[in-house]
Amino acid sequence: MSNEPILKVENLNVAFDGNKILEDLSFEIKKGDITAVIGPNGAGKTVLFRTLLGLVPYSGKFLWQDGVKVGYVPQRFIVDRHMPLSVNEFLSYKGGRNKIAEVLKWVGFSTHDEHHLIHHLLNQPLGVLSGGELQKILIAFALLGNPKVLLFDEPTTGIDIGGEETIYNLLKKLRDEHDLTIIFISHDIHVVYQYANNVLCLNKEKICFGPPHQALSTEELKKLYGAEVGIYSHTHK
Amino acid sequence: MIDQNLLFTLITAGVVGAAAGYLGSIMVLRRLALAGDVLSHVALPGIGIALVYELNPFLMAFVFLFAASWLIWLLEKRTNLPTDALIGILFVASLAIGVMIIPELEELGEALFGDISKIDFLDSALAVILSVLVFIIGSKIYKGLVLGTISEDLAIANGVKLRKINLLFMILVAAVVALGIKVVGTLLMGALIIVSGTAAKNLSQSITRYASLSTIFGLAAAPSGLLIARAYELPPGPMIILVGIGIFLLSLFGRK
Repeated sequence: MSNEPILKVENLNVAFDGNKILEDLSFEIKKGDITAVIGPNGAGKTVLFRTLLGLVPYSGKFLWQDGVKVGYVPQRFIVDRHMPLSVNEFLSYKGGRNKIAEVLKWVGFSTHDEHHLIHHLLNQPLGVLSGGELQKILIAFALLGNPKVLLFDEPTTGIDIGGEETIYNLLKKLRDEHDLTIIFISHDIHVVYQYANNVLCLNKEKICFGPPHQALSTEELKKLYGAEVGIYSHTHK
Repeated sequence: MIDQNLLFTLITAGVVGAAAGYLGSIMVLRRLALAGDVLSHVALPGIGIALVYELNPFLMAFVFLFAASWLIWLLEKRTNLPTDALIGILFVASLAIGVMIIPELEELGEALFGDISKIDFLDSALAVILSVLVFIIGSKIYKGLVLGTISEDLAIANGVKLRKINLLFMILVAAVVALGIKVVGTLLMGALIIVSGTAAKNLSQSITRYASLSTIFGLAAAPSGLLIARAYELPPGPMIILVGIGIFLLSLFGRK
C-alpha cells in the first residue's frame, strides 16, 4: 500500500436544520486502502458519504486527490419487478457496449457466452434480479465511470453473489486487480476485521480510526454503540 | 376530399395523444398516475378566467398549470409536505374556484369534457409545435428521470440535476395538459396521460419499448376515438378515453 493520501478530511461539519450530524471530523484515507465506516444507526455514516460526493452542504473541508473520480454504490434499494428497464439499458445510461462487457467481467459475471449473457442478464428487467445480482450490477454501474475510489453504502452480508464469493471478496478483488480504493459502510463488526485494513468508527464525531485490531478496543466499541453491543455485553433485564 | 376541419382535429388529437402517451410513460413509472390526473383539473380556474375575460383558454390553462406545478415544486422544497397531499389540496381548490368562476353550465361542460370541433389551423399548429418540443426536451431528460425513479441518490451522485429536470418535466406536463383540454377536456386529460403508459407497461420489459408503445397507444387512441365518436355522433372526449381503456384491457392479455 502506498502512503499517498487519496482523501483528506479536515474539521468537517454537517448540520441539518440546526441538528449536528457530523462534528469536527478529520481523517485521511490512503490510496489502496479498504476502509470500513462503522457506527450505530443515525451516526451519520450515509451522510458522510453524501457529503464526500458533494450532495449536501457542509463546513470545514475535504479534498480528494487531483483528478480522482468517485464511484458510488448506494444503499440497496428495491426495484419494482414490473419496472420496464433492462439491465442493458440501465448500464448503457453510463457506458458503451465494450465497457459494459468489461465491468461485468470485473464484478464476476461470466462473459464468455455472449448469447447467454444477453439472454439471461442484459435483456432481463432490472427488477427481477436477485439481491446479489442487483448488487453486482450496481457495482458495475459505478465502475463504468472509471472511478479510482468506490464508496459502498452497506454491502449486504450473507448475500450470495455466486458460489462461495461474498460481496467483500469481490471488493477486495477489485482493489487488488483494478487499483481501487474502497470505503464501505457496515453494520457487521466481524466483516471489518476480515476485510478492512482501516476502520473509521463514527457516532457524529470520530470515535476511533486506524487498523481494526488497533483501533477497535472494547472500550471504543462501548463508546461507539453504548449498551447496544449485544455480542460484547451480556445483561439481563 | 377530406374536410379541412376534420384534418386539423385529427392531427391535433394525434400529436397531443402521442405527447401525452410519451410523458405519461414517465408519470406511470414514477407512480404519479393519480397526480397527473389531478393536476389536469388545476386548469379549470384558468379556463374560467379566460371565458369571463375572453382570453385564450389554452394560454390561461397553461399559466395555471405551470403556476400549480411550480408551487408544488417550491412547497416540496421548502416544507417537506408530501407531494400527493399538496396536489390534492391544489386540486380541490382549483375545482371549487373553477366551478364558481365559469359562468355558463354549457361552457363548464366544454371545459370539463373538451370540444375538439372548435379547433382551427392555429390550434393545430400550436399543438404540433409544442408536441415536437415535448419530444425533444423529453428525450433529453428521460434518462435522468428514469434513474431518479430507481434511486434519487444514485441519480444525483451520477450528475443528474434531479430538481431541475423534475421542474422541466412538470412544465412539459403542464403544456400537454393545456393542449389536451380542447381535445378531451380537463376531467379526462389525466386519463389520456396515464392510460397509454399503463397499457404499455403491461407489454414491456425495456424502457425503449415502453416509451415507444406508450407514445403509439396515445397516437392511435386519440384520432381513432375521434373518428368513432364522429361516426356514431357521440361526444369525442369520452370516446377517446374509452378507446384508451380498450387498449389497456387488451394489454392485460399480453402481460409479462
